Amino acid sequence: MIPVLSMEAVHFARSGRLILSAFNLQVFPAGHTLLLGPSGSGKTTLLNLAAGLLTPDSGRVAIAGTPLPASAAERDGLRRANIGIVFQTLRLVSALTLTENLELAARLSGKPAYAVAPLLESLGLAHRSDARPRELSQGEAQRAAIARAVVSRPLLLLADEPTSALDDVNAELVARMLLKSAAEHGSTLVIATHDARLRRHIGEVVTLEAA
Amino acid sequence: MMLPLAIAYLKDRGLVTAFNIALIALGVASLAVLLLVSTQLEKRFERDSQGIDLVVGAKGSPLQLILSSVYHIDTPTGNIPAESLGLLRRDPFVARAIPLALGDNFRGARIVGTEAGFLGIHNAIIAQGAMFSTVGTAIIGASAARETGLTIGQRFAGTHGLGDDGHTHDNVPFTVTGILKPTGTVTDRLILTSVESVWAMHGIEAPGEPGAPGAPGSGAKIPEDHARHEHKSHDHGGQDPKGHAHEGHDHAGHDHGEKVLDRRDALAPEITAILVTYRNAMAAVRLPAAINRQTALQAASPAAETARLLGLFGAALDGARLFSWLVALTGALSVFVVLLSAANAREGDMALLRVMGATRSQAAGTVLLEGLIIAAVGAVLGLAAAHGLLALGAALFPTLAAVGVGPALFHPGEIGIAAAVLGLGVVAALIPAARVYRTDLAETLGRAT
Repeated sequence: MIPVLSMEAVHFARSGRLILSAFNLQVFPAGHTLLLGPSGSGKTTLLNLAAGLLTPDSGRVAIAGTPLPASAAERDGLRRANIGIVFQTLRLVSALTLTENLELAARLSGKPAYAVAPLLESLGLAHRSDARPRELSQGEAQRAAIARAVVSRPLLLLADEPTSALDDVNAELVARMLLKSAAEHGSTLVIATHDARLRRHIGEVVTLEAA
Repeated sequence: MMLPLAIAYLKDRGLVTAFNIALIALGVASLAVLLLVSTQLEKRFERDSQGIDLVVGAKGSPLQLILSSVYHIDTPTGNIPAESLGLLRRDPFVARAIPLALGDNFRGARIVGTEAGFLGIHNAIIAQGAMFSTVGTAIIGASAARETGLTIGQRFAGTHGLGDDGHTHDNVPFTVTGILKPTGTVTDRLILTSVESVWAMHGIEAPGEPGAPGAPGSGAKIPEDHARHEHKSHDHGGQDPKGHAHEGHDHAGHDHGEKVLDRRDALAPEITAILVTYRNAMAAVRLPAAINRQTALQAASPAAETARLLGLFGAALDGARLFSWLVALTGALSVFVVLLSAANAREGDMALLRVMGATRSQAAGTVLLEGLIIAAVGAVLGLAAAHGLLALGAALFPTLAAVGVGPALFHPGEIGIAAAVLGLGVVAALIPAARVYRTDLAETLGRAT
């Protein structure tokens, strides 16, 4: 079976500080994985490397068997076709409504997208479809960010600290929603977090140590 | 794909966008108004003076002579003896000499005593009815007909002077015999009659000198009922804006200081000016100099005086044009500041667009589009405002309409103004767009997280 995400002997340093050294990771389809570690352990860097936003100093990163290309434009293409990202700060476009945010993501992905309305319905956001991000509650904004990440049916769904700012109830809700969305849209979920509460939802855990 | 996003960003900061658009529109409107007014004035002056090489009239300001006799927008410099016309017509350098007798109006439309040759100068032809023939008949220009409401067969009495506050010549009414086709020249807003009619209206008898108006074979016949009439108390409003009353005194024996007909103390027939067409190029050298040497007459060239006027006007226009460009530049600068600030504020958005699949060019293009949209909307609104302002100005100020200023048609130069302003919009957006283009995704996203 070809892994959705493969990282082999990845070495990455920035400003003279070693962040990842000879790091290996293989995530297979439906093998949802938790990257657990404290702040400064390189979780976000690891997600950026997986998404092709950063390139390793050495080692190999591959998405669905395809190594990340050296050219930035080709990396952008590979990411657009295969990866959805839920950012820690959500990053919804403030000038657009919820529906418009999702439609823009769908159009930019260049892939046949899910109809936006049923997706919002499934995440309990149908009644907020015309709201702008600043009008959403934290929980609604979190769900909106998940909806935007899965609207293009990504092979790999990356989530950066999706629950760290939430109370137990909402953290539980978001974790379930991520897993449900990933399952419904055929995505493999990789979550980078320091939130140990997520352990009970995801069996595959990779622990990162502070650099 | 990025157009809806650019529009959404503009709407999101609606007040600032509206302010930017208003600044650009203000600059464009000023530039377009200046372009349209200067072009319309030049064209109007050119059309109105076509076929007139020289104007001969009383001594005074040559520009005033041209403005009053060619463009009919000022008061005349005075009168000249009617026999001057005969002298000029006998001059070998003169191909055509058309007399003008001014001094009255009807509801603001000037009544001009002249001859059929006047129509030839402006290529005017009669649309309805017939040419004036006997004394007391008149034809009217197309706009004058519209504005005064006069129709063929209708009788009207001229008002003395060139304003509305003169006395009315009730005892010598005119009858409309014809209406002219629109010509786009000054003729459109005039009422034309014979010189003899104007004399009759002022109680002056036509001379018998061959070649002079009123002489046998020269023009209209004077019926008995148009013989000299009594001037009782009246107000000469046209020449002196304030006018002056003549109640209870005799006109003879004192100087009114007037510049037009209606001087009972000088009942010798006079005309106001003569429009001259040269017979050959040599005439331009010889004739004006010869006339100006005579003490009583002045010769002025419409081409020279109009060029002088437009030169003076042009300097003011250049200043106004410079100011308008400064306003447009201020608008562009404002767009630059707003877009630069927006590009900084939403670098996270732009990085996100890139992560979601937008190319560098698409992300930067969003900012460029915003600059372009502001400039385009500002340009369109500015051009529309310019035409609207001219329409309003022409409606509110008759003098503007009189010199041919109006909403008119689209001028090709307006495309140039719009293109220049669009260019300014793009230039203003270039630096902010370049910042977006160079955004480092991981650094930007990492900084915010």
